[in-house]
Amino acid sequence: MLAKRLIPCLDVRDGKVVKGVQFRNHEIIGDIVPLAQRYAEAGADELVFYDITASSDGRVVDKSWVRRIAEVIDIPFCVAGGIKSVIDAGKILEMGADKVSVNSPALARPELISELNHIFGQQCVVVGIDSFFDVASGQYQVYQFTGDESRTQKTRWLTRDWVAEVQARGAGEIVLNCMNQDGVRQGYDIAQLKSIRDVCKVPLIASGGAGTMEHFSQVFQQADVDGALAASVFHKAIIEIAALKTKLIADGISIRP
Amino acid sequence: MQLVIVDTGCANISSVYFAFKRLGVEATISRDATIIKAAAKVILPGVGTAHNAMAQLQHNELIDTLQSLQQPLLGICLGMQMLTSHSMEGDVPCLNLIPGDVQPMQSAGLRLPHMGWNTLHSISSHPLLKGFSSSDYVYFVHSFAVAPSLHSLALCNYGSDFAAVIGKDNVAGAQFHPERSGKTGARLLQNFLEWQL
Repeated sequence: MLAKRLIPCLDVRDGKVVKGVQFRNHEIIGDIVPLAQRYAEAGADELVFYDITASSDGRVVDKSWVRRIAEVIDIPFCVAGGIKSVIDAGKILEMGADKVSVNSPALARPELISELNHIFGQQCVVVGIDSFFDVASGQYQVYQFTGDESRTQKTRWLTRDWVAEVQARGAGEIVLNCMNQDGVRQGYDIAQLKSIRDVCKVPLIASGGAGTMEHFSQVFQQADVDGALAASVFHKAIIEIAALKTKLIADGISIRP
Repeated sequence: MQLVIVDTGCANISSVYFAFKRLGVEATISRDATIIKAAAKVILPGVGTAHNAMAQLQHNELIDTLQSLQQPLLGICLGMQMLTSHSMEGDVPCLNLIPGDVQPMQSAGLRLPHMGWNTLHSISSHPLLKGFSSSDYVYFVHSFAVAPSLHSLALCNYGSDFAAVIGKDNVAGAQFHPERSGKTGARLLQNFLEWQL
């Protein structure tokens, strides 16, 4: 039976793993390769590396760390951040990443998703979506350039519509980052994930809000997501992956031991 | 031992190369027919679409070379699919080394692509699967698959059964990614290195 995936996310800035709260105040957590290796050995099912500076700076970013990760890691990993073209994606995949994730550049030019699908196949193409609940309008809205607070802006897309659009263009997986929850460890946004699940026919990964082991159980059982992504609870050793897996298996969730 | 990874121009070549390096084997990546023919063992990796990958093999004039190999040959993911007779993905003839047809997955409503860790069943006693059990998980990413047949060495179920590992004579293939399947995947690669015909 297909297992639900636990996915530690490592935000990368200048070759170091960092973590901020609600996209702000990034602190350095450590070097990428040993951290990646540690997570793979601890039982992570997949890793995601977000180069959080890339999309918002518009500069050429050194991605040689991708190859260093590919050398040591024996589980799948995805690279996000600053991938604006088929050429950018090709370099990352050649260095050994299994998937590329696009976010702001896909909002700027949605054809990018179709191009990546055509050249590399659907399985390589992940679309990351930063979604913010606007209390005034009662709507979930898509944001872009979230790596840099001064440039973060609302797009014209409602989250639901963008999810439909990226699937029509050939996305193979969607990572939905619920910005209101990010970094505050109050639980995944179950209501939003459930509503998006209804319109998402490809694998859906929950992101933002994990604080306790119970939160993981809830998101798998209540929102039927395919994977749960988390950062700080793993980086700060609030949750050990092995203990989490034991709990989820006890809760009857399909998990790779 | 000379292990050659066929340079299909596909994306997972580095991952496969590094996976063998972790096992202490330095593979050669090549699209040169002479080098491939001289190898002790050959790996055919693949990611992308069957149509593009077969076109790439044709462009490099490697079809005859791969079809005439006598040494162990292992196809991985799309590389495994290319070992069969035909792929519905782009309606393209394949290498025809193992009878079978690559078809869209019959997932009975389960979400596609089939992406993630899944278990195997009906595991044969083939040397490639030495040490495998039905509680081991391996990593899959695909939307097309080969139906179970006489040449299946292990099956996986996702809505319906499909071939996770196939084999015939000196040729074998894995639908999952052994290079990305942790220790279980490494075991398949190690078994391939030790495989004596």
